[in-house]
Parts: sequence; structure tokens; C-alpha cells
Amino acid sequence: MSAGAVVMMIVTIAIVWGGLVAGVLYLRRHPDEVEDESETGL
Amino acid sequence: MPREREQWATRSGFLLAAIGSAIGLGNIWRFPYVAYESGGGAFLLPYLIALLTAGIPLLIMEYAIGRRAKASPPLAFRGLNRRAETIGWWQVAISFVIATYYAVIIAWAVRYTGFSIGQDWGEDPEAFLMGDVLEATEPGFVSSYVSGVMWPLIAVWVVALGVLVFGVRRGIERASKIFIPLLVVLFIALVIQALTLDGAGRGLDAFFAPDWDAITDGSVWVAVYGQIFFSLSIGFGIMITYASYLRRRADLTGSALVAGFANSSFEILAGIGVFAAIGFMATNTGVAVDEVIGEGGIGLAFIAFPQIISSLPAAGDLFGVLFFGSLVVAGMSSLISIMQVVISAVQDRTGMPRVPSVLVVGGAIALASILLFPTSEGLYILDAADHFVLQYGVAMAGLVSVVVVAWVLRQLPALQEHANSTSAVRLGWPWLLTLGLITPLVLGWMMWDGLREELAARYEDYPATFLAVAGWGVAAGVLVVGVLLSLVPWRRADQLISVASEEGRS
Repeated sequence: MSAGAVVMMIVTIAIVWGGLVAGVLYLRRHPDEVEDESETGL
Repeated sequence: MPREREQWATRSGFLLAAIGSAIGLGNIWRFPYVAYESGGGAFLLPYLIALLTAGIPLLIMEYAIGRRAKASPPLAFRGLNRRAETIGWWQVAISFVIATYYAVIIAWAVRYTGFSIGQDWGEDPEAFLMGDVLEATEPGFVSSYVSGVMWPLIAVWVVALGVLVFGVRRGIERASKIFIPLLVVLFIALVIQALTLDGAGRGLDAFFAPDWDAITDGSVWVAVYGQIFFSLSIGFGIMITYASYLRRRADLTGSALVAGFANSSFEILAGIGVFAAIGFMATNTGVAVDEVIGEGGIGLAFIAFPQIISSLPAAGDLFGVLFFGSLVVAGMSSLISIMQVVISAVQDRTGMPRVPSVLVVGGAIALASILLFPTSEGLYILDAADHFVLQYGVAMAGLVSVVVVAWVLRQLPALQEHANSTSAVRLGWPWLLTLGLITPLVLGWMMWDGLREELAARYEDYPATFLAVAGWGVAAGVLVVGVLLSLVPWRRADQLISVASEEGRS
């Protein structure tokens, strides 16, 4: 593989997969607010 | 008394279902081709811009419309404005048509998973596909049935309806929790095997080597926006439907970011696997990479891949099972989501309980699918319908919905407030700008560009009468059906809207 391709591969993976990991971590740090019992549908 | 609307049991359940819907056949066979054609590694720039300025903002818009109305697309659009209901029914009609042929491709993949063991396609996979499997003749209308496609197609429908009968929580959510991890495991195994092949580096080089000149070419931007748009299942009403089962306090923006990036992450993984295999094939046969990849799509999956599998030095059967098995799993979760759009709309419209709705609506779609596509002409009908319904159905409905919501009804600020009320990531003016300006402009350009090409030359050189029915006829048909359905008097609708707005109902 050429150097340009290797660099772009690493950058692509870092941004796209990094974006996914960051999104998941962000969601985990912000759990949905607990709803009152009448809304839970349970 | 209206029934309680179903809800996703967990946030991860909703996310997996949304991701499963977004990841479909297009991620595996369309994305690598588009990326390659769009300047290899240089495509990353337009791709990320398209994801952030059209894909994710549109996802958030659809989530907000669905969750706010807690209803299927027709009713959700009716909640914005009575006349906007047509857009919802248009999307329902589009989903009906797409489901009929999408299932057929899954049925082919089921057969090819079996063919992989023993590599039944022999020396000439193209002749095998067209002759032995599809028994394809000429473009035209149904003349004879092909039992080898019919039986797996019936099996696909039994599984899809079997999942849908159990509803959102016990059916779709549970199935997604099995399908998505299974898909990731299958595909990672495939990528690992592909990367060990001779010439894999050459394929990856073709995939990632940047051609910076490409990003100054307008058609590349159109292609990349189109890929993002089609790949994320926007414009079908799927995301409105799935979001309608969210809890009132669920985070919308964060979920859209995760779903959007998960879909792209899988696409990148698929690109790596597909190009590593293509690099091997190119090296092995001494041809150029672009000759192996062809035009992507059905040819890449069912002709190029069997060739690659047959020439593998070892474990070709395993590679085939992994590849076609991935297509089946990715396709099933998308098919189920497309079906749910139609089923939920009929449920909301008629008040019919879930099981009869699934059996009546699902049965009708399955019947149409089984009558039209496992035939000698099925491939051509599928190809024409797919091209026209995506371009002048999905993309057009997407364009109309964003223009109507942003400019005619001016509902974006209200949707922004709705999303922000429960989301950790807050939407600001960039969201309004992307949906108000960038998305309509790019989609409009895409439409114009496609239309110009359409009028310049007949699609695939199919006979004009055939295209008039299976292509233009289908695209116009879904719009006409959408308009007609929205004209049917709907006494229950206003009642349901008032119920939906009563928060915390029991």
C-alpha cells in the first residue's frame, strides 16, 4: 500500500470508528431520564 | 379505546434495531463502489461532510417527527399539517414496493449461502446466476416461475412475518439483538480472512489512495450525498416509525449520532473486506481492480464474489458462507424495518390489532413479492423498479418532506425544541441551516442530475414499454397511491392525534 493510502485508511478509521465510540460513551454518560410510572408502559 | 402504543424495552434495543435497519445490502455492495469511484481515500472529506450536513440532521428530524407524534408516518405528518399526510402515505407505498423486491435479493443470498458449500457456480458464475439460478430471459412481464427462487423467498417471508408478529419489543427488538452482533461477528471473520490474502494490500490501496482532484467534481458530491442518504434508510418513513415507539424522555440526538456513525463504521469495514478480496482477485488474474468491481451491486455480489471464492487458495466455502450469510442477516433486519412502516400505518389507520395487521398487510406484500419476482423476468422488474423507486420515490419523498417541514410548515424550530428537550447534545443553528438549505439544495441537485441522465438514455437500454410500467409506472404509482390513501376519510385519525398528544395516557 502507498503511504497516502495508509494515512487515509488510518484517518478514516480513526474518525468514523472514533465517532461511533465517542457517541456510545457520550450516551452512556447521559442515561435517559427516568419516567414516572404512568409512562413506562410496564 | 385505543390500545397503548408499544415501546422499545431498552435504549440499546432501539439503537440496535435502528442500526440494523440502516445497515443493509447497500452498505456491503454499493458503498465500496461509490467510495472507489469518488476518489478513494479522498472521498472521506465529502463523505464526512455529507454525513454531518445531511445524514445525521435528517435522521434527527425523522426521529423528532416520529417520537413527537408517537405515530406511523401518515399520522405523524398529519400531526404537522393535515395536508402533509400525503407524504406519509407516499412513504408507506414506497416501503410496500421496496419490501416486495428486497426480500427477493435476500432469497438469492440464502441460495448462494448454500451454493458456497461446494461452490456450485462452477467456472462461469455469470452464466450460473442468469441461467441456472434466475432462469432469466428478456426484460418483460411474468411468463414462468422459478421454483429455486420461490422456495427460499417463501422462507424469507415466513421468518420476516414470524418476527413481526411478535411486535416491536418481543419481535423486532429481540431479533435485532441477535442479528446485529451476528452480522458484526460474521463480517469481522470475513474481513480477517480477506486481509490474509495475497494482493489484499493492492485492493486497499485502490480503496484508500486519495485522488484529491475527484472532490472538485460535482458529480462525486452528488454520489456521496446519495450514498449517505440511501444508506441511512432516510425517506422511507422507517426512522419515523421506529422513533414512534421511543419513550417520551429518550435521547434523540445522541441516538442519531450513534446510529449514523455505526452505519458508516460498518460501511468502512465492508469496504475493507470487499476491497481486500477484490485486490486478491485482481492480483490472481492479472486484471485491474476496477475490472473486478464492475459497477457494484448485484454483479459484484453474485458474480464477482463467487469468482473470488472459487479462486481462494483455502477455505473458499467458509468465505462464501460468511459473505452471503452477512448479506442475508443485513438484509433481514432492513426488510423487517421496511415492513414495519406499512404495518404500523395500517394499524394506526384501521385500529386493527397487531397480529391480524401483520398477517393481512405482510401477507399482501409477501404475495405480491412471490407472484412477481421469482420469475424469469424477476431480475429485470426488480432492477427497473429499484432504480426508479429509489430515485423518484425515496429521494424525492425525502426532498419533499424536508422542504415541506422546513419551508412550507416551518416546523424545524418546533422539532429542534422537541429534540433538545430530551437530548444531551443540543441542536443549534447549524441543524436548521443544514436541513433548511444544504439538504434541499443537494437533494434537488441529485434529482435534477438523475432526471437529466434518465431522459438522455433509457435506463439499462430496457424496452420503452417495459420501463414505462416497471420503472416510471412504479415511481408514479407509489405517489398516486399515497395521494389516494390520504384522501380516504379518516375518522380515527384526529382521535388518535388527540390521544397521542395526551402525554402519560394509560
